[in-house]
Amino acid sequence: MLRNERNFGSPRDRVDGRAKVTGAAQYAAEFNAPDLLHGYVVSSTIAKGRITSIDTQKALDVPGVLKVFTHDNRPATAWFSSSYQDEVAPPGTPFRPLYDEQIYYSGQPIALVVAESFDVARYAASLVEATYEAGAHETDLKLARAAAYVPPKKRQGMKPPASKGDAMAAYAKAPLRIANDYSIANEHHNPMEPHASTVIFEAGGKLTIHDKIQGVMNTQSYVSGVFGLPASDIHVVSPFVGGGFGSGLRPQYQLFLAVMAALDLKRSVRVEMTRDQMFTFTHRPETINTVLLGADKTGRLSALRHQAVAVTSRFEDYQEVVVNWSGILYDAENKQFDYRIAKVDTYTPGDMRAPGAPLGTFAIESAMDELAYAGNIDPLELRLRNYSTRDETTNKEFTSKELRACFQLGAEKFGWSRRSPAPRSMREGRELIGWGMASGCWEAQFSKTSAKAVLTSDGRLEVGTATADIGTGTYTILTQIGADALGLDMEQVTAKLADTTLPKSPVEGGSWTAASAGTAVQMACEALKKTLLQEAQKIEGSPLADAKYEDVVFANGRIAMADDAGRSLDLSDVVRHSGQSEIEEQATAQPDSKVQAQYAAYTHSAVFVEVRVDEQLGLVRIPRIVNAVAAGRIINPKTARSQVTGGTVWGIGMALHEESLTDHNLGRFMNHNLAEYHVPANADIYDIDVIFVPEEDDKVSPIGVKGLGEIGIVATPAAIANAIFHATGKRIRELPITIDKVLREAA
Amino acid sequence: MNRFSYLRASDVGEVVSALKDAPAAKIIAGGTNLVDLMKYNVERPERLIDITHVEALQEIIEGENGSLRIGALVSNSALAYDARVTERFPLLSSALLAGATPQLRNAATVGGNINQRTRCYYFYDAGTPCNKREPGTGCPAKTGLNRIHAILGQSEACIATHPSDMCVAMAALEAVVHVTGPDGERDIPFADYHRLPGDTPQKDNTLLDGEVVTGITLPASSTQFSANYTYLKLRDRLSYAFALVSVAVALEKEGDTVKRARIALGGVAHKPWRRAEAEALFEGKAADSGLFARVADALIDGARGYEHNAFKIRMAREAIIRALEQASAGTPQSNIDKHIV
Ligand SMILES: Cc1cc2nc3c(=O)[nH]c(=O)nc-3n(C[C@H](O)[C@H](O)[C@H](O)COP(=O)(O)OP(=O)(O)OC[C@H]3O[C@@H](n4cnc5c(N)ncnc54)[C@H](O)[C@@H]3O)c2cc1C
Ligand code: SF4
Repeated sequence: MLRNERNFGSPRDRVDGRAKVTGAAQYAAEFNAPDLLHGYVVSSTIAKGRITSIDTQKALDVPGVLKVFTHDNRPATAWFSSSYQDEVAPPGTPFRPLYDEQIYYSGQPIALVVAESFDVARYAASLVEATYEAGAHETDLKLARAAAYVPPKKRQGMKPPASKGDAMAAYAKAPLRIANDYSIANEHHNPMEPHASTVIFEAGGKLTIHDKIQGVMNTQSYVSGVFGLPASDIHVVSPFVGGGFGSGLRPQYQLFLAVMAALDLKRSVRVEMTRDQMFTFTHRPETINTVLLGADKTGRLSALRHQAVAVTSRFEDYQEVVVNWSGILYDAENKQFDYRIAKVDTYTPGDMRAPGAPLGTFAIESAMDELAYAGNIDPLELRLRNYSTRDETTNKEFTSKELRACFQLGAEKFGWSRRSPAPRSMREGRELIGWGMASGCWEAQFSKTSAKAVLTSDGRLEVGTATADIGTGTYTILTQIGADALGLDMEQVTAKLADTTLPKSPVEGGSWTAASAGTAVQMACEALKKTLLQEAQKIEGSPLADAKYEDVVFANGRIAMADDAGRSLDLSDVVRHSGQSEIEEQATAQPDSKVQAQYAAYTHSAVFVEVRVDEQLGLVRIPRIVNAVAAGRIINPKTARSQVTGGTVWGIGMALHEESLTDHNLGRFMNHNLAEYHVPANADIYDIDVIFVPEEDDKVSPIGVKGLGEIGIVATPAAIANAIFHATGKRIRELPITIDKVLREAA
Repeated sequence: MNRFSYLRASDVGEVVSALKDAPAAKIIAGGTNLVDLMKYNVERPERLIDITHVEALQEIIEGENGSLRIGALVSNSALAYDARVTERFPLLSSALLAGATPQLRNAATVGGNINQRTRCYYFYDAGTPCNKREPGTGCPAKTGLNRIHAILGQSEACIATHPSDMCVAMAALEAVVHVTGPDGERDIPFADYHRLPGDTPQKDNTLLDGEVVTGITLPASSTQFSANYTYLKLRDRLSYAFALVSVAVALEKEGDTVKRARIALGGVAHKPWRRAEAEALFEGKAADSGLFARVADALIDGARGYEHNAFKIRMAREAIIRALEQASAGTPQSNIDKHIV
């Protein structure tokens, strides 16, 4: 079999681009049903305590209101909290909406008003009056950390890195020493599309659900578990997701409320969150790192200790990988790691783009930068001197690691060699210029995924799997892979996603979808091709009668002998002769357990940043960034570039802008809108140059792909903070680096 | 959002009588602030009086010696790009372009901009106390989050700021606000339009119940500032954020000396902040950095910060000095290219 790669590796437009820009793409809140009801959520104003009474009469008196659901009158649902556990739930007791009178966090849903129109529901919701008995809350990590603990039960996938040697003793003896705290604020995901669920109540009580979710199977199993419905009665269809970033991994409370209301009222119901309610579930956890480095005079690390403490909720032990990254990036004879969480009265934090990685990387890469200055060593050179050649945290070889090439190509493109080493030594006009860099890595995961490939009698190919496209370009790359496999044009291929009737797939997250779904589609196509050849050979007088699979090619809509194009059949004829309307094959891609036992797989990046700082005014601009990424084979450089650029922009946001401001007196996030929760605006973004470093890797996945949805953000904040130090000589160890911090440090 | 009735007014008389009939009515112009506040249950008007069809409020009228009378409904974009404004009052144009986004500026009006409410987090969140929203409930900002709050002119009751950029320029240009009410028309000097919070922070300004803003006049005397001016806005990102501190400077120079100076600050107080004593330091003096620093000190003398906003005191001082340098040199800040030089 010759490998046809007309599309794989080439920049291709998004196949769903036109539907998105013309509004044809339907999102969860855009599906309609006859007599659709609308639910509006009433949120708690206290952070802790209990509801003593809740008066819904005024709301019920509004014409058009059908029902107000509260903990007092909600229909019975599953009794055990374990039934609320979803595919990606951390250890603990999942939040159960309207379960009882207890308040666990400010903004908790306490009632759902259901009415004939959205406006009536919203108005009536403003008339619901709750009285509370408030308890004493704590939302401040600086205080809560006193009671931090090592999570007794590890979240799935959490690998505590092994410590070795005696880091403290080695540190005490080291000629070069760094020890500091590095902290990162709470952040909210804020995808453009707010969370919403449209639950269509079908005849016979079956449900069709359009949910904002990064994996329809997760919605299906959650609804099945909580409401006791057979999975076959729950059809989840969410073809488009307007950004997820992790906020859509777990089913959120609007889903529960919409399903509850639909089942109770036997009507179709939609519940949409408002923008301020987007701050009432899940967020990136505030995290404080403590890093201690000891090195000899050449910068070789002898001691590395990385500790972190992060917030979690009262009811679940959310965990993410924060400290391991430093052990993956660097070798040191003595290493110690520690990751703890501390309970506060908020909702459970959740995964947000590269969960944990930019936080731990900000810490280790800031500390390495400090070490570089302490030892008078070029920051890039210091990283090369401590370059890890195997993953010490898991004691495995890397499947591949082209970080060195990232350093080299990134530095060349950026012009790193022209950097003047001393802080405050570069200036233009009123602005100090700073050049900084950092490196990072992110797991290249592979998850069990099934897919189908169907050839119809008009010669078109349909590929499908249940995973989502959260805007990353999954539809496009699966179309490319399908087209190449069958030798068709991309226009002749349709990708189908995000429907529970499609072959099973995990949630879209962890940057595993391109590798996993891509491989599954490739395998399904291979299976389909074999079947097609068999069918072709059954045709009387088939020119391919004696052909072996290895000897044929699929091209231009035909199967042909590789060495004799004259001996060929049209694919649509093959389907027609088979007597079936279409031919379908399915396949399941699974990680190779032997490879996994021996190897660790990561994507890597090296980020180079120029900042300009007006020290008097505290203003920071970022005129250019080079982000060099090694992520295996790149299926579509165009969508891939978008992913890394987007991650880099988010890195700028994390470095300079993003912070969910908490009023600790009230225990409430207060800047809950896009005017006051700042993400970078166009004016903040100048040149971002993305480089994909060639990386061949036959172990990470059968198609050599690593995935790159997350790597873009990982090292960017650290590189920016390091550039700010180079510009100003001021080390800022708290993100975001807002104007007040630049001014404060300059004082 | 509550239920309300809606009236589309066709002239100013109808607006005034509708306001008289329904005291809990609200005027709606561009709606970019009011509708948000209604969605948050902060404003709950019984009746909306839509003034966008009142012809008389749409125009820019030439006055004597270059003065301009600007109708309350002129959009922020139309005003910013009007050739007479960019030529005679470029400071105003610059301040307008420093605000919000093109979409918002297309909808926002002069009357709405003057009357927009503070951006204090608590004021927008009906789930929290706030003296401005519900007098007597307290001011959580003082001991809570006060990064964007006032450093000058605050009261025990309220430490909010007025968020407008346009108004800072208008204060420096000494515009006059024209209002019409049940007792007829009156003119209010810009400096007297907005007020400090005192113990009635619920009142942002001196507009009386039943009055409507019909327009503002930019005086002829302020056309003298068109060569030496700047609007410098410092904010948390380079666009689409309210000012942490902004400075409007209007200088009339003769050679190296300053004949007349007008300076207003935004983002630091419940109203655009001016001090005649500070401006008087200039009169007849040569513009130099020592003078700029003295003016800055005089303008923010007595400033007081809270846990999160104390940085604004130093920032304001630096911003004033920089803005005076820009204005004096005739190199105003561009609010299209956000790069500050
Ligand atoms: C996300 C966002 C960002 C923004 N950023 C900025 C910024 O950076 N800088 C800035 O300056 N502004 C900013 N704004 C505010 C914007 O300038 C104001 O919302 C706008 O100017 C209000 O004008 P409007 O016509 O839409 O007023 P409306 O919303 O219609 O009305 C606002 C208020 O004024 C009253 N009112 C309106 N017209 C009259 C009148 N003729 N007489 C008496 N009362 C009247 C209304 O009753 C209401 O109380 C921003 C707004 C948003 C939403
Ligand atoms: S500063 Fe004013 S507006 Fe803000 S909470 Fe206090 S009283 Fe309310």
